[in-house]
Amino acid sequence: MSLIRIQNLARRYVMGTETVHALRGVSVQIERGEYLAIMGPSGSGKSTLMNLLGCLDTPSEGSYELNGKDVARMSDNELADIRNREIGFVFQSFNLLARADALHNVELPLIYAGVPPKERRERARQTLVNVGLGDRMHHRPNELSGGQRQRVAIARALVNSPSIILADEPTGNLDSKTGVEILSLFEELSRRGNTIIVVTHEEEVALHARRVIRIRDGLIAADETNPHPRAVVASVSAP
Amino acid sequence: MTLQSELGESARIAVAAIRANKLRSGLTTLGVVIGILAATLLGTMINGMGEAFTRSVSSLGSDVLFIGRFPWMSFEDYRIYRNRRDITFAQYRELESRMTTAAAIAPQCEIHQSSVTYERRRAKGVWLLGNTPESLIIRGLTVAQGRWISASDVSSGRPVCVLGSYLAESFFPNDNPVGKKVRINDTPYEVVGVLDKMGSTLGWNQDNQAVIPISRFQDDIQRRPDYVITVKALSPETVSETLEEARSLFRSIRKIEPGRPDDFAINQQEAITKFFDGFKAVLGSFGFFVTGLSLFVGGIGIMNILFVSVTERTKEIGIRKALGAKRRSILMQFLMEAAGITFLAGLIGVGIAWPISWKIGEIARANGSVFEARMSWWIVALALFVSAATGMVAGFIPAWRASRMNPVDALRSE
Ligand SMILES: Nc1ncnc2c1ncn2[C@@H]1O[C@H](COP(=O)(O)OP(=O)(O)O)[C@@H](O)[C@H]1O
Ligand SMILES: [Mg+2]
Repeated sequence: MSLIRIQNLARRYVMGTETVHALRGVSVQIERGEYLAIMGPSGSGKSTLMNLLGCLDTPSEGSYELNGKDVARMSDNELADIRNREIGFVFQSFNLLARADALHNVELPLIYAGVPPKERRERARQTLVNVGLGDRMHHRPNELSGGQRQRVAIARALVNSPSIILADEPTGNLDSKTGVEILSLFEELSRRGNTIIVVTHEEEVALHARRVIRIRDGLIAADETNPHPRAVVASVSAP
Repeated sequence: MTLQSELGESARIAVAAIRANKLRSGLTTLGVVIGILAATLLGTMINGMGEAFTRSVSSLGSDVLFIGRFPWMSFEDYRIYRNRRDITFAQYRELESRMTTAAAIAPQCEIHQSSVTYERRRAKGVWLLGNTPESLIIRGLTVAQGRWISASDVSSGRPVCVLGSYLAESFFPNDNPVGKKVRINDTPYEVVGVLDKMGSTLGWNQDNQAVIPISRFQDDIQRRPDYVITVKALSPETVSETLEEARSLFRSIRKIEPGRPDDFAINQQEAITKFFDGFKAVLGSFGFFVTGLSLFVGGIGIMNILFVSVTERTKEIGIRKALGAKRRSILMQFLMEAAGITFLAGLIGVGIAWPISWKIGEIARANGSVFEARMSWWIVALALFVSAATGMVAGFIPAWRASRMNPVDALRSE
């Protein structure tokens, strides 16, 4: 059974009298453990696809099976549950809670999962250590660099052991050196068996993935495997 | 389990949100603070009045009739009653000889703003009464020290007096009052007794009284006083019979033709109780109105604040939803914020009302009143509950709107 199976997925946005066809019928299967890049120019529908994959949004048409479950017809609350247990998001603009420290930000998914306080604190702490932020637990986002913020976000995405990590332009707000650090972290996670889907418009970023899906005007233009994904050699603090 | 950790998180968010917007939260609470302040103070008053009142009114005795020109607790044209013929001592005599269903009858006359002096001390606003030996049981009084007015005091017009406890204490804080000479309207009187403490009602201090033989009252105070005839029924159960007898006898004594209305009133304790219940009801509805209005205004403020808060934190709502927050978590988060603000407002209101009611109680006690202005725990608990509930109700619409936001749209907002 595939991890993700979408068929003829379409998403339209109705704006007054105008209808924007952001996705026009996309079919893809994604297996467990894949490291996949979704590429395409700005406005091609990448984020729309990712929002659907991440159960943040529901399709106008088509089917979506995640882990064998039909999520296209799920209720708001069921989707919240799926997001909590199956999906870890990494956003371009980090989307950390400004008023909470790193530890609390990472704890959030566990709070909504109902993990008892002691255990969730411990798990959040461990995850932050794993992304190399063991000494930044009690810093707030504005006391951290961009790369560190993105690593907090990655820790938050990982902490509830989701089936998929979904990253939308994760390096878009970072300088290239820091971007490389984040990519190496993804590589490390991929090596350990995590499923990673990265949305990007940068070839540089896509080169690291083993499979690249190209989108244009809401349709899949190409679906290629990358036999020799580029490895990040730079040493990083991730263990 | 999930609910519990969500509740914890909601509480944390609420505290943080309120702390981050102290001024804004503070200003919006004003309505709720005023509402709770009004509610607790009025509640405490009504409560305290009720207790003090019941205690002192019941001392009048439910089996006693007061026959006089004026009906009690009536606010019709005062002149109608003032122009009525006086009730005379002779009429009392005749009633006394003809009544068969009375345990005791006594004439009584009184003035309310008399002054009594002892050496250099002067007591003002003293309630001065002319009584007979029978008045003791009829008025339900008890003597703490010395004795009551005797029959020979009345018959020989002896200048003696019995003092209320407040008056006795203010003149003789350390001495035995019995045997001392006080001056009432510049006439010397010997104190022969002191009454037990009774308390006061609505500013009328029953312990600030002085009683003299009715014969002395006629001699020294008023030559032709307006008598009130006090009648004690044989038992509380037969009051209505006694009342009927007294009424028909007194009509015949005053020669009122059949079909014409009484030109006197027969009063009972009940009239006061009824009036007071009405008064409490008016005060209560007034309190209810003020409280309701303030809470309503406060609630609108809270609703407004919550809308602002929801708008400001749309992004946060999106983030939380992306991480798995359900509708109810978001709803709880904002409801708690609203309830937190109004609960604090309630605490402030109660916190202001508490010392005020304490102070009122203290002033009342200092004036010899037994008015109890203690704020009871149930008033505090109710006030806090009502304030939190106000927040929940007022915050519901904004919170509900927040909970139903689409995560993608929420995340996109800045
Ligand atoms: N909420 C929305 N309402 C209306 N149009 C939208 C909305 N979201 C995206 N679109 C439109 O759908 C198309 C695809 O957008 P998006 O998926 O964000 O592209 P990408 O991420 O590839 O840049 C764009 O034309 C965009 O304007
Ligand atoms: Mg995009």
